[in-house]
Amino acid sequence: MSKLVSDTLVIAERNLVRLPRAPDLLLAFTVQPVMFVLLFAYVFGGAIKTPGGSYIDYLIPGIMVQNIAFGGFVTALGLNEDVHKGLIDRFRSLPMARPAVLAGRTLADVVTNTLSIVVLLITGLIIGFTFHASVIEILGGVGLLLLFGYAFSWVFALLGLLVSSPEAANSVGFIAVFPLTFISSAFVPVATMPAVLRAFARVNPFTIVVDAMRALWIGFPARNYVWEAVVWSLVILAVFAPLAVARYRRTAGQ
Amino acid sequence: MASRSPQPSVAAGARGSAGDPAIVVTGLEKSYGEVRALCGVDLSAERGTVLGLLGPNGAGKTTVVRVLTTLLKPDAGTASVVGLDVVRDAAALRQRIGLAGQYAAVDENLTGLENLTMVGRLYGQRRPRAKQRGQQLLDRFDLLDAASRPVKTYSGGMRRRLDLAAALVAKPEVLFLDEPTTGLDPRSRLALWETIEGLVAEGTTVLLTTQYLDEADRLADTIAVIDHGLVIAEGTSDELKDRVGGERLEVRLDDERDADTAVAALAPMSDERPLVEGAVVKLSVRRRQGSIVEAVGRLGEAGVGVDDLALRRPTLDDVFLALTGHAAAEAEEEAA
Repeated sequence: MSKLVSDTLVIAERNLVRLPRAPDLLLAFTVQPVMFVLLFAYVFGGAIKTPGGSYIDYLIPGIMVQNIAFGGFVTALGLNEDVHKGLIDRFRSLPMARPAVLAGRTLADVVTNTLSIVVLLITGLIIGFTFHASVIEILGGVGLLLLFGYAFSWVFALLGLLVSSPEAANSVGFIAVFPLTFISSAFVPVATMPAVLRAFARVNPFTIVVDAMRALWIGFPARNYVWEAVVWSLVILAVFAPLAVARYRRTAGQ
Repeated sequence: MASRSPQPSVAAGARGSAGDPAIVVTGLEKSYGEVRALCGVDLSAERGTVLGLLGPNGAGKTTVVRVLTTLLKPDAGTASVVGLDVVRDAAALRQRIGLAGQYAAVDENLTGLENLTMVGRLYGQRRPRAKQRGQQLLDRFDLLDAASRPVKTYSGGMRRRLDLAAALVAKPEVLFLDEPTTGLDPRSRLALWETIEGLVAEGTTVLLTTQYLDEADRLADTIAVIDHGLVIAEGTSDELKDRVGGERLEVRLDDERDADTAVAALAPMSDERPLVEGAVVKLSVRRRQGSIVEAVGRLGEAGVGVDDLALRRPTLDDVFLALTGHAAAEAEEEAA
């Protein structure tokens, strides 16, 4: 067990140390989410009517959930690269704890996700986002974001091990996750959607997590969503982490 | 777990000490779907020796390495390294082997030292110890100047040296090298050969796969020729060369059209039918003594003009040709 912890930390450190040396990735964590916030706030913001409060208050929790779900993309790309470059073979030939390569990756995502959250929050506050929440609720929201992001990192870990190339990881991940985040309450009220989409959006875990965030941060009347969001995150984690580890054990390099 | 041990209480780590061969493989089989990569491979290597697996692309060499380094489970057969079973004792075995391959498996965005330190810590060393060992290896592989540069700035030869250094972090007893010099320029290749020879001199056992005959010839104590998932011959380089029969006589004719006449004239000197490649007739002769004089005489009687005539020791190329019926490079066409 202590070997699992120490190996996980070694791998997490590896992924964080290399980050500043790959500036394109760093852009993905910082500039890209800011761009999304500004585009949504100022391009769509005027046209979208939201129940109570300003669109920016409505938008920030939604866009943060979308952003955090994509935070694990780096894991998919990185693992796929490791498979192709033979690094996975090296790791698998070492006396390491088996899940450590994946656990270290996903742990590094938690750090980069925290960075993204800070950047987005600052951007939000600058353009006029206001909390209607206690400090504990604010921190609770950050915790929920990190938990949900961590669960999604494992989804992306599995994806990275399954697909044949980083390009494939990119497009499969995008096609699978992007619509999920849009057919939810993240950007517009669900009630404005056509019946079929509305039905889907209501059960979409993204809607539940987004509304839970709004409950915590801007006093949305949706308290019970907080627990549902936590349960959803844990279920995603419980399903995808073992699948990814099982896949890792059988992964072959080139 | 203790089924083969006379003392059931002996721990896995204590088994397989001196005396056992370093590598024992029996009846190894592995298929990928319909493709049979290994069809019953037997191998063994004594400690402190180099076993060369020689064969064309797709012969099954890499699959053998993957099984022996615990990356792949065999369908049938058994394999043990330093007395540890590759399936049952995989975890203990990983402590005692090193793997380096044709793809330099290092992180491009880490520096040379960071790469080696990471591997050391994954072997269970503490950070200062891992770092110290990393420095030591960088020094040995002439990479100390590049220690704090990201690997993406390294040349191909430097990457390959770093990859080999990473395989040596835990001072493994058995080192697996999967086509270690494929894609390297001649100078880097020679340097890597010298490094490998140095490791063997220190007592490391090496299993090396290669498609280069000269590499096997130079490095390997024992060579196993592998083709279509089977070991088709095993022995020292000299033993294999002896198998194709004594000396090789090569005659270059003045005129290509005389080839048939020349073959008929020379045939009695050899146990096998002479080979014709354009204007060159090749045959293995039974005796070295007097064979040039005899050949000149026979060709003169037959009225065949000779441009050049030479006698040489067989090469591993000849061995491969004799064993498989085709040159190493033609193997794939044959299979298709």
